[in-house]
Amino acid sequence: MKGHFGNYGGQFVPETLMHPLEELEAAYFEAQRDPRFQAELDELLRTYSGRPTPLYFAERLTKTWGGAKIYLKREDLNHTGAHKINNCLGQGLLARRMGKTRIIAETGAGQHGVATATVCARLGIDCDVYMGEEDIRRQELNVFRMKLLGARVIPVSAGSKTLKDAINESMRDWVTNVRTTYYMLGSVLGPHPYPVMVRDFQSVIGRETRAQILQQERRLPDLLLACVGGGSNSIGLFYDFVGEKQVRMIGVEAGGRGPMLGDHAARFAGGRPGVLHGTFSYILQDEDGQVMPTHSVSAGLDYPSVGPEHAALHDIGRVEYTNVNDAEALDAFHELSHLEGIIPALESAHAVAYAKKLKLPADQIVVVNVSGRGDKDVTEVMRLISHKKAQNSEENPF
Amino acid sequence: MTRIESKFARLQAEGRKGFIPYITAGDPSLDVTLELVLALDKSGVDVIELGMPFSDPIADGPVIQRATERALSNHVTLRKVLHLCEKIRKQSDVPLILFSYFNPLLNYGLEELARDAAKAGFDGVLASDLTVEESDTFVRTMRNAGLNTIFLVAPTSSPQRMKKIGEASNGFLYAVSRTGVTGEQQELAGELKQFLQTLRSHATSPIAVGFGISRPEHVRAVWQEADAAIVGSSIVREIEQHIGKPDLVQRVAAFTGWLKGCPSQ
Repeated sequence: MKGHFGNYGGQFVPETLMHPLEELEAAYFEAQRDPRFQAELDELLRTYSGRPTPLYFAERLTKTWGGAKIYLKREDLNHTGAHKINNCLGQGLLARRMGKTRIIAETGAGQHGVATATVCARLGIDCDVYMGEEDIRRQELNVFRMKLLGARVIPVSAGSKTLKDAINESMRDWVTNVRTTYYMLGSVLGPHPYPVMVRDFQSVIGRETRAQILQQERRLPDLLLACVGGGSNSIGLFYDFVGEKQVRMIGVEAGGRGPMLGDHAARFAGGRPGVLHGTFSYILQDEDGQVMPTHSVSAGLDYPSVGPEHAALHDIGRVEYTNVNDAEALDAFHELSHLEGIIPALESAHAVAYAKKLKLPADQIVVVNVSGRGDKDVTEVMRLISHKKAQNSEENPF
Repeated sequence: MTRIESKFARLQAEGRKGFIPYITAGDPSLDVTLELVLALDKSGVDVIELGMPFSDPIADGPVIQRATERALSNHVTLRKVLHLCEKIRKQSDVPLILFSYFNPLLNYGLEELARDAAKAGFDGVLASDLTVEESDTFVRTMRNAGLNTIFLVAPTSSPQRMKKIGEASNGFLYAVSRTGVTGEQQELAGELKQFLQTLRSHATSPIAVGFGISRPEHVRAVWQEADAAIVGSSIVREIEQHIGKPDLVQRVAAFTGWLKGCPSQ
């Protein structure tokens, strides 16, 4: 059996996709062994995306919180403003190597869509991005950005009109146009080999972090913190440290509006193992095995399943998973902006919020992954603030 | 021998080809589905695929997606579909396949499902996103309960995969006529003949062809190359167009008769 992490992972897809998945697996493992492929990827990561991204000591945040030393891994400083480009450059080079003439992708927050459109522009490959109508509303800036980059954004009106439905539509497109089209999946999700491949492309985050913290602190960190939607930025940070038993790792899911099924995207708090989008992992589902709608203030965490490797790391207890609600994430969004001059993505704000909640002692070192920048969220936050003000003025007319 | 196996044996003995309609259970309601199954049986179809809806039907085109949404908004559950099967069995012996995605089946529990589906009167089970690689427990559990396990085989499947899928399938093999999702089309893929010839040399079960079969001439073309034709979307569309009308069941039965080439019905 291929592509399993403990009991999780695997390949659960319509038979038509098995041949392309086998082809993809072979092409990926061959590329991975090819030094020229790696050299070209490294060069693009350096000169095009701006890697290595800094590991920044957040002095004012640390002082204000009065506890552990907080370091921020600045994935937000990547080209296109998030860690997503690490994976897209890798897969883009792979698609070109495989002779594919068209790339499709799904996007939730729009960060993966923008990174895909960017890489397609850079490599001269046609690009179609599927995006739920609800996400298009929340992320109109990224929609325009993708169009500027020459991609076609295809709205998805089925189901909950979010990331899950965009993935359904991408898989339908792929199954239909499988001979010419490359499916650039944006997270450590889906059938094998995607969870392995995307993790490998993202693991540069953890490798850099290790070298940087050793240089700055002369020791490994006590804790790594990252938000978990599909789970690519977190696995990217964690992977290089999985063997370091003294390094604690926590993944932060979206607690949304509250603990009721349908109000959050905390798969490890409210989900059960099941099969969605080609892989066996934790899923938010009802008692009949129907996948449930999710809610989060951040589109990038608003997804009912989670990468299968996270499911395995959860079950063996190597990584702890917790969640942070919308309000706490918004507070952290403001706090990081005010104290450090860094506007984080709402996704990343979940990890920041939990760093504050933990109240670790001053002799500890924490690395928080700032997986993306918050420019894309500014209009949505503005809307939420004016909505809240309107509510408050109704409650307190004087 | 299941009802599916004896049906294909009889078809072969009589030199006939099979016709297999797909309908989604609970579209537009479980009561109408019961009537539809009985009417389709009466009109002479050979096997019926009864769809258990799933929230994320990645292998289906827009027509069956809409049927799925209608059924789920009617709160159709696997338990209710099993109950429907029991009701059908009081009045009909038509071979029945439980057709779904893997998650609702897995969620029910494979042991429990095998027991309850066999007891309710199903003859076979198919999950469109279950690959042979992941199917060992599923195949063993269903077969122990006396159910057929049917798998999809695609034009993109390699000869080795065809062989593996042939071994995992009994009753019949579901050959997908083309790459893509379920849905109607004007012309059948020209490479179908070649694909089925290759498939024949790697598998022994009867072969039924589905995906895109939406006209009488498609059915006849499939009959030339395979043992049975499977029609889903165009029948589901016929249901959709007559929702709320008193003659829905008769219309769908007549449409099915037309597809099979029996204009008199």
